[in-house]
Amino acid sequence: MSGRYETTVGLEIHVELATRSKMFCGCRVAFAGAPNSRVCPVCLGFPGTLPVANEKAVEHTLRIGLALGCDIAEHCLFHRKNYFYPDMPKNYQISQYDSPLCLRGHLDIPSKTGSKSIGITRVHIEEDTGKSQHVGGDGRIASSEYSLEDFNRAGTPLVEIVTEPDIESGEEATTFVTELRALLEALGVSDVRMDEGSLRVDANISVRRAGEIEHGTKVEVKNMNSIRSVGRALAFEEERQRRALDEGSPLVQETRHFDEKSGATSSMRSKEHAFDYRYFPEPDLVPLEPSAHWVADIQKTLPELPPERRQRFVSEYGLTPIDVGVLTASSSTAAWFEDAARAYAGDPKKIVNWIIADLFGLLNVAGIELSACRIAPPQLAALVTMVDAGTISGTQAKVVLAEMFRSGSPPREIVRAKGMEQVSDKGAIEAFIDEAIAENPDVADKVRGGNPGPLGFLVGQVMRKMNGQANPKVVNEILHAKLLS
Amino acid sequence: MSGRASTPSQEAPLQWRTATELARGLEARELSARDITAAIIEQSNAVEPVVRAYLKSTHERALESAVAADERWSRDTTLSSHDGVPLAYKDIFVTRGVATTCGSRILESWIPPYDATVVSRCEGAGLTSLGKLNLDEFAMGSSTENSAFGPSRNPWNTDCVPGGSSGGAAALVAAGGVPWAWGTDTGGSVRQPASLCGIVGVKPTYGRVSRYGLIAFASSLDQAGPMARSVEDAAALLQMAAGHDPMDATSIPREVPDYLEGIDEGISGMRIGIVKEFEGGGTQPGVRSKVEDAYRRLEKLGASLEEISLPSFEHGISAYYLIAPAEASSNLARYDGVRYGYRQADAADIVAMSSRTRAEGFGDEVKRRVMLGTYALSAGYYEAYYGKAQKVRTLIIEDLERAYSSVDLIVSPTSPTTAFKLGERTSNPLEMYLSDIFTVPVNLAGNAAISVPCGLSLDDGLPVGLQLIAPALDEKTMFRAAYAFEKDLGWAGTAESRPPL
Amino acid sequence: MVIERSVVDHVARLARLDLSEEERARMGAELSQILAHADRIQALDLDGVEPTSHAVPVVNALRQDEVKPSLEQEESLAGAPAVEAERFRVPRIIEEP
Ligand SMILES: [Mg+2]
Ligand SMILES: [Zn+2]
Repeated sequence: MSGRYETTVGLEIHVELATRSKMFCGCRVAFAGAPNSRVCPVCLGFPGTLPVANEKAVEHTLRIGLALGCDIAEHCLFHRKNYFYPDMPKNYQISQYDSPLCLRGHLDIPSKTGSKSIGITRVHIEEDTGKSQHVGGDGRIASSEYSLEDFNRAGTPLVEIVTEPDIESGEEATTFVTELRALLEALGVSDVRMDEGSLRVDANISVRRAGEIEHGTKVEVKNMNSIRSVGRALAFEEERQRRALDEGSPLVQETRHFDEKSGATSSMRSKEHAFDYRYFPEPDLVPLEPSAHWVADIQKTLPELPPERRQRFVSEYGLTPIDVGVLTASSSTAAWFEDAARAYAGDPKKIVNWIIADLFGLLNVAGIELSACRIAPPQLAALVTMVDAGTISGTQAKVVLAEMFRSGSPPREIVRAKGMEQVSDKGAIEAFIDEAIAENPDVADKVRGGNPGPLGFLVGQVMRKMNGQANPKVVNEILHAKLLS
Repeated sequence: MSGRASTPSQEAPLQWRTATELARGLEARELSARDITAAIIEQSNAVEPVVRAYLKSTHERALESAVAADERWSRDTTLSSHDGVPLAYKDIFVTRGVATTCGSRILESWIPPYDATVVSRCEGAGLTSLGKLNLDEFAMGSSTENSAFGPSRNPWNTDCVPGGSSGGAAALVAAGGVPWAWGTDTGGSVRQPASLCGIVGVKPTYGRVSRYGLIAFASSLDQAGPMARSVEDAAALLQMAAGHDPMDATSIPREVPDYLEGIDEGISGMRIGIVKEFEGGGTQPGVRSKVEDAYRRLEKLGASLEEISLPSFEHGISAYYLIAPAEASSNLARYDGVRYGYRQADAADIVAMSSRTRAEGFGDEVKRRVMLGTYALSAGYYEAYYGKAQKVRTLIIEDLERAYSSVDLIVSPTSPTTAFKLGERTSNPLEMYLSDIFTVPVNLAGNAAISVPCGLSLDDGLPVGLQLIAPALDEKTMFRAAYAFEKDLGWAGTAESRPPL
Repeated sequence: MVIERSVVDHVARLARLDLSEEERARMGAELSQILAHADRIQALDLDGVEPTSHAVPVVNALRQDEVKPSLEQEESLAGAPAVEAERFRVPRIIEEP
């Protein structure tokens, strides 16, 4: 079925920049706070006030542009985008129009064939709006009786990143957003919290019959509040549009709202909406002309970016592409892994397994991020080293890890406190072995007769006598020596 | 020289002295700020029923501040050489805790929580504000008739307008109600009323004075400017507020020269251009003859006058009346009844609420310009109107740059006419717009200019102003020429220069 | 250049001005007159002329990323025509942004 259709997706992503103060005034940028308490005459659009652009926001935008391989404009302007909306204090948004700061870049994302390049049309700076709260009805605009405006968010610096329509499925869109998020996180330019709205994704999606040259009817999808909903919403739209094409029913160019609960999109704009933003150069702000020197300085300080890091993890640690994908999806996870791997003398793959198989499970259950985890990376290395040395068994190590996760204590302390340390002292073990042989003479005889099968039973007996603290390797060695040689 | 003998202003009553003279009196401990302020308030109150300059007076507060200034003079802890001298502001400057209306119903109830940079700098120099003065609503007009709170009147003839939009300030300064005041000039709004009321008005270089706290009309053209009864005062008031302000991205981060230093050095050898394209231009004969006298006086003082051609200037008005309304349509979008100001409370939804708030809160001229500007920016018209106007602006700048290669200053009438009658031009907006023909190109180019009185028209006995235009940031040369002219004319400070109220 | 009534209506909607019938008629005539004057610049050959948006020789006027005090909440809301739950109250919003 799907082979008969081609999907085209372009994304528009708004990212709140991690600056201390707002884009055009000195108010603090913060997620929470009493309503209308982080506002000033400038971000409330009071008469007579003027914007002055935040240097750090420009720098962050340049970092993003450079990391995406964009051309950096030598001269660019801010524009006013004029439209009335009560969450926008000036009734225009300061944005960039036909001369954005960064143009023509790309982001390479992992794909079935290895890697695919998604074009970046532009990266520009703008300011965020306030937040409306709709009162009455079901809380959405359409049914509300009136609305309440909080302008704390108004004027927060945003970058808008626009992709070329190079994305071919909801799944690919998900990968793109995941990759972009990791990149932005690595750059340190944003919190990239989709749940708090510091990263917001809108999509344009169209479907056409395979082989057709013209794009299908473009539909804009809004309100996708997690990476998962990007995939779900676009999958729904792909299917809806394919079915419409199958049935020959017309598709209209419209904006659709994704509903998290139902997993469906619905039309947001009932009537024809004539937008006329009357863009013109913002006369209150002078042109931006980043010097070659400034741009070069920023380029120099760019950290290792996810695509480069992925390659290095394969070559330096010999990891599989799948493991690398998991580890580098977030730069904090990647850094955590590296800190643990550096503290560990053995095969880094073991560390990877402990992170993916065990630590992620604990994080999942607790519902927290790795960054909030109480285990320091070198402590995981210490734990794995204890297993390697035979100080504790693998099974015990899992118990210890859970305790480390809970209390943040170092593994050695936990092992000691729980009395888990294995006994490797041959003399001590030998006494228990002799006891076990004496209690089970017929089993011992079988082994002596050349059948090593029941050896495991004897090992088990010894372990029980020693409350599981005997080093099984040593027990085995001694039993072998006593009965088989 | 005029026939009447000039009266040395040192002996003039306090309300007729210049700010500089008052400052000297304070410095010599011959005058007190309290007495100065009281005398000026008395004059203010006497002329107010006639000129109607005030939107909000803060006389009480000014008297208190004057007492504080006197304390500082007695302890030698003065804030500046003009500490305790009163001033007033066009009601477009935002003043913390004092109603700021911009001449509009839509802001009638607004009490700002902050001060304009010009205001805080003047307050920092110890100047005491007598209040907020009338203007055309949002500075849109050339007569002050567009104020929502009624027109001001010209003290030279109260049937006439004082000009606009800084008409209240011009009328009050001319009538002795305050020695100096701050106005704003977007297309001539300081210079034209100064000319019509017989005082000095300055439009500084765009970016020389911070626009922070100046309610925006057309952001790329607006500039605050001093209005005074002498060139020296105008220069001193500009000195107080000029200079870079980190709150205004368009303010120029460059040192401000001392405008008074060398102001009396004369203009011998100065090259001054007369604009060929300004010949005619609907200039009244009485204005023309006074201005031509002024040209001859400048020559007599040692300047060489030459005709220059600025061909793009004829398109100045067209470009201005596209650019200014376009920017205004966007600047005034914030008056929507949501956060401050007037709200039409009966509307059922947000669109109806803001549309009715704006229809009721704005006057006719504001609505006209908002419509014009919205149209000029809207899809399909931008290139033809706003885009072309911005290109004409480039031509005007290039013409001026060429001119400045052969002249130091450019001279012209400030306004083609003297003060006109109230109501005379209200029915024809275009005719009203044409009164800005000589002033508008200066704003488009961001240059500096001054209007200095050149006597009374023989036609109607009303004041005529001479405009001197200087390249960006060359206010010093402009002041020097205006000062030389003013001194030689010998009109300022004389009884003849005072309107017969 | 005569501005049609439909254009006046469209522009008034964009500008959020609820103009009366009489105002619309008058506005159409006045704008036509003003634009007729402005039409003189339509005839100019301005190809290759760069538009001037800023007549000031300043670029890169940026501020440091420093936090300055905000207003007290009371001051932010002081001039508001309607307040509820520490927010600016507005009538029903009838369209999405
Ligand atoms: Mg945007
Ligand atoms: Zn703010």
